[in-house]
Amino acid sequence: MEFLRPASWAEALELKAEYPDAVPIQGGTDVMVEINFDLRRPARLLDLNPVAELSRWSTTGGVLRVGAGMTYTSLIRELSADLPGLAQASRTVGSPQIRNRGSVGGNLGAASPAGDSHPPLLAADAEIEVESRARGSRLIPATAFYQGVKRSALAPDELIRAFHVAPATGPQYFSKIGTRNAMVIAVCSFAIALHPRRRAVGTGIGSAAPTPRRAGAAEEYIAAELDWDSRAALDPRVVARFGELVAQAASPIDDVRGTADYRRHALGVLARRTLTWAWHEHMRERTTT
Amino acid sequence: MNDDEDLSAPVTMEMRLSVNGIGYPITVDTRETLLDTLRERLDLTGAKKGCDHGQCGACTVLVDGRRVTSCLTLTVALDDREITTVEGLADGSVPHPLQTAFVRHDALQCGYCTPGQLCSAVGMLAEARAGWPSIVTADGGSVDARLDEAEIRERMSGNLCRCGAYVNIVAAIAEVAR
Ligand SMILES: Cc1cc2nc3c(=O)[nH]c(=O)nc-3n(C[C@H](O)[C@H](O)[C@H](O)COP(=O)(O)OP(=O)(O)OC[C@H]3O[C@@H](n4cnc5c(N)ncnc54)[C@H](O)[C@@H]3O)c2cc1C
Ligand code: FES
Ligand code: FES
Repeated sequence: MEFLRPASWAEALELKAEYPDAVPIQGGTDVMVEINFDLRRPARLLDLNPVAELSRWSTTGGVLRVGAGMTYTSLIRELSADLPGLAQASRTVGSPQIRNRGSVGGNLGAASPAGDSHPPLLAADAEIEVESRARGSRLIPATAFYQGVKRSALAPDELIRAFHVAPATGPQYFSKIGTRNAMVIAVCSFAIALHPRRRAVGTGIGSAAPTPRRAGAAEEYIAAELDWDSRAALDPRVVARFGELVAQAASPIDDVRGTADYRRHALGVLARRTLTWAWHEHMRERTTT
Repeated sequence: MNDDEDLSAPVTMEMRLSVNGIGYPITVDTRETLLDTLRERLDLTGAKKGCDHGQCGACTVLVDGRRVTSCLTLTVALDDREITTVEGLADGSVPHPLQTAFVRHDALQCGYCTPGQLCSAVGMLAEARAGWPSIVTADGGSVDARLDEAEIRERMSGNLCRCGAYVNIVAAIAEVAR
């Protein structure tokens, strides 16, 4: 196995163009498991760790651009206020050791339907910045990025450089079901983001369909039902209906972690719970935005 | 590079690996994990292989002071890093305060998980001192979090103990954290 170590982003793109079969490695928490268990025998690894810009973030025109190599640990420390939903999800990934190495870019690269960063990225309308030497860079909305179980819109000669997302302008919550907090692959997960200025609601469902996805009908329903101005308490019937619509948006399977019925039921619970948390926070906010 | 080169054949690289303050010139297979290098080549058998996929924490070591699972870390990527294993925690013949506390609190039975627990605890205390929050740290609470039992349990959740010595492990760490 050849070990390629580009010193810069430009060099990384050169190498990926020359060797489209080279497997990028960031924290290695997915790649190394596959190698140790002989599920994958890459001829070449492309180590992106030396590309320092990938572990940094910046803000341009009010939008955050977060490098693909930023670890969960750094994200929790530095972006909890701007990206509360993603930070909450990050806190539930693996164990402290895994969070010290694992990255959102690696989660996107793996594109597992159970990846914890996907629901909050979907709920917050994130876009994924990918680039190749041949065609330059493009921004892929998260909704178009996930294409199948562990398949994404990334072309073989492309690398993920960053994701772009606006800082939260309202409450965001993430919740997942698993057998314990540490090192649990989600049985199902759900993220919600309220966007009070636009009077819109974003959602993301994890582990309950071949790809992470949004619950579009549920979003439209709840955005129209919420009393954005008076900030009045939630009507329990509306909350229940929201839960039903979220559960309907999923197409879960039976597997060792849970049955399809259980997943649908649990998603409804997560949806009602996170909506309630988010709305309570919204009611508490004194700012008039 | 031509296409018919045999890439399934082992590729080796010469490097210098710095472990516990000693520089080792070594030749490693590019696929080799730090855990295998430590155990098989450097005879540093403190770090243990419990699962080989990041779940048990028995292989935890410190890379530039941060705790990582050495079974998921490639040795070739570490040429400019400083590695600390359980063998390097003591100061000469004086055990690390955590080692003393583990003994005093009887924080082990078989001892298999202990090197990983110790390295993880050293890394964890440094994280807490640097103000890193955990999932149980109250929102808006002080980030130089007081390490109560809930905090220690959460922050040590990447290290399993099949003998179930958790109560004493937590007590040992709590004593040093204070
Ligand atoms: C014990 C354990 C527990 C875990 N628990 C969770 C969990 O709770 N939730 C969760 O979501 N995940 C979990 N994971 C999976 C893993 O930690 C995450 O998916 C993590 O985000 C991967 O990041 P990484 O940087 O380590 O990725 P890597 O392993 O380095 O890469 C992952 C994939 O992405 C590709 N890739 C990496 N960077 C790029 C790039 N810049 N451009 C293109 N492709 C790229 C790689 O080729 C590979 O296919 C767990 C893993 C372990 C070992
Ligand atoms: S051997 Fe590395 S975590 Fe289990
Ligand atoms: S003491 Fe035996 S595994 Fe922890």
